[in-house]
Amino acid sequence: MSIEVIIFFLVAISAIVSAVLMVIQRNPVKSVLFMIVNFFCLAIIYLLLHAQFIAIIQILVYAGAIMVLFLFVIMLLNLGDESLLKEKANFRKMIAYLLSGVILLELIIGIILPPNTFLQTQSPEAVKIGSVEAIGASLFNNYLLPFEAVSILLLAAIVGVVVLAKKKFK
Amino acid sequence: MELLISVIKIVVVMGVMLGIVAYVVLLERRLSAAIQNRIGPNRVGWQGLLQPIADVVKLVFKEDIVPLKSNRFIHDLAPIISLAVALTTFAVVPFGDKINLFGYDIKLQIADVNIGILFILALTSLGVYGLTLSGWSSNSKYALLGGVRSSAQMISYELSMGLAVLGVVMIAGSLQLDTIVEAQAGWKWNIILQPIGFITFVTAAFAETNRLPFDLPEAEPELVAGYHTEYSGMKFAAYYLSEYANMFVSSAIITTLYLGGWQVPFVHSFGFSDFWIGIIQVFGFLTKVILFVSFFIIIRWTIPRFRYDQLMNLGWKFMLPVSILNLLITGLVILLLS
Repeated sequence: MSIEVIIFFLVAISAIVSAVLMVIQRNPVKSVLFMIVNFFCLAIIYLLLHAQFIAIIQILVYAGAIMVLFLFVIMLLNLGDESLLKEKANFRKMIAYLLSGVILLELIIGIILPPNTFLQTQSPEAVKIGSVEAIGASLFNNYLLPFEAVSILLLAAIVGVVVLAKKKFK
Repeated sequence: MELLISVIKIVVVMGVMLGIVAYVVLLERRLSAAIQNRIGPNRVGWQGLLQPIADVVKLVFKEDIVPLKSNRFIHDLAPIISLAVALTTFAVVPFGDKINLFGYDIKLQIADVNIGILFILALTSLGVYGLTLSGWSSNSKYALLGGVRSSAQMISYELSMGLAVLGVVMIAGSLQLDTIVEAQAGWKWNIILQPIGFITFVTAAFAETNRLPFDLPEAEPELVAGYHTEYSGMKFAAYYLSEYANMFVSSAIITTLYLGGWQVPFVHSFGFSDFWIGIIQVFGFLTKVILFVSFFIIIRWTIPRFRYDQLMNLGWKFMLPVSILNLLITGLVILLLS
């Protein structure tokens, strides 16, 4: 086994373990911490696929910014008795179990059945796709219109936040 | 062999860095004493030069107190995160040109990644966790307020920091720190080409390292000691060390981005051999960094602390528009010159 395969399995297992721990944790702050660990594992998997830009953005945006806000809100809410949040088993929950079971089954089938694309080496062209230059070039050539549309959407969201925040002081 | 060189580089850089950081503490105490017309620590060793060692020995033997009803695991984890983030950031900072040692070409940088700047921004954004988690896990209102303040402050100033860096990236045309240093050869330092960006970045760096005038997370008159109120012994030392490590690393990053990195002007006109030029460049880098650290210290002892609303107003209503303007002007000038 090459060192990349060993790293992949180590990271993949810790990603799954941290994801499971995140869901079953009683304490919301600990859930946030396990989610951050999970994001880190994903970032390392992106790095193994030579997608450095997505890997670093994963850490910068998700682990560095969004999860800080999560932690911030949880800390300020100060959820004392977490057991009160426990939901009873109901119809909605059953459907959720069913759906996730089906997705798990599909993933297993996809990995086991031929053509077996599991753990293949990457072609040199695929390696280049993940670089910052390649992503920038495709964003500003092939996908310029969607890119601008997304930026307008984000601008609208920012303006909306400012309007909502200002209302209070009138 | 490659792996061995990397390991040696990591060990040497970490050792030198921790040594320098320990002496930055002494530098701060002596400089602040000079500013306040005192003498400062001068008893342990010549001019107090053994003071850092005495401090560390004292802190190692102190009792580790964990408050009742606090979360033990997170309480232990938080200082580790702080220190690890502070020290890891230096991994991408180039501190010299290639140097030929025992027949090997050695690059004086631990990791030459082509997304160096994004790496630095990602790590600084992770530094918040060390402070926030310590505040939450201590089960103390002062610590919690300090943690909440630090996260709000760091999120606010990260934006202007990132936007200020973009000007430098546009000039060098690369996210790689090595290329950025090479683009500043001679006197083309970015502090001359990007004065507004430099001022915004330095201000944001003060806020990110929680140093005065932006040290609200640990404002003594209001919050005792802020997020590390409930820490003692080696864990407190880890916070103390990470504050100074952050200061040192920020100075190193500012030097790399704006003050020409390891470039020493006119060094080639004296006819030294390549090896000695390499050594001079490393010392040139260290001199610039230490001078900037002294600037950090002098600012701390001369400027009073901001009020919280002033801090937020400065960050969002002044620095953010200014850095966006700087970005637009830089883009326009580059477009006109090309």
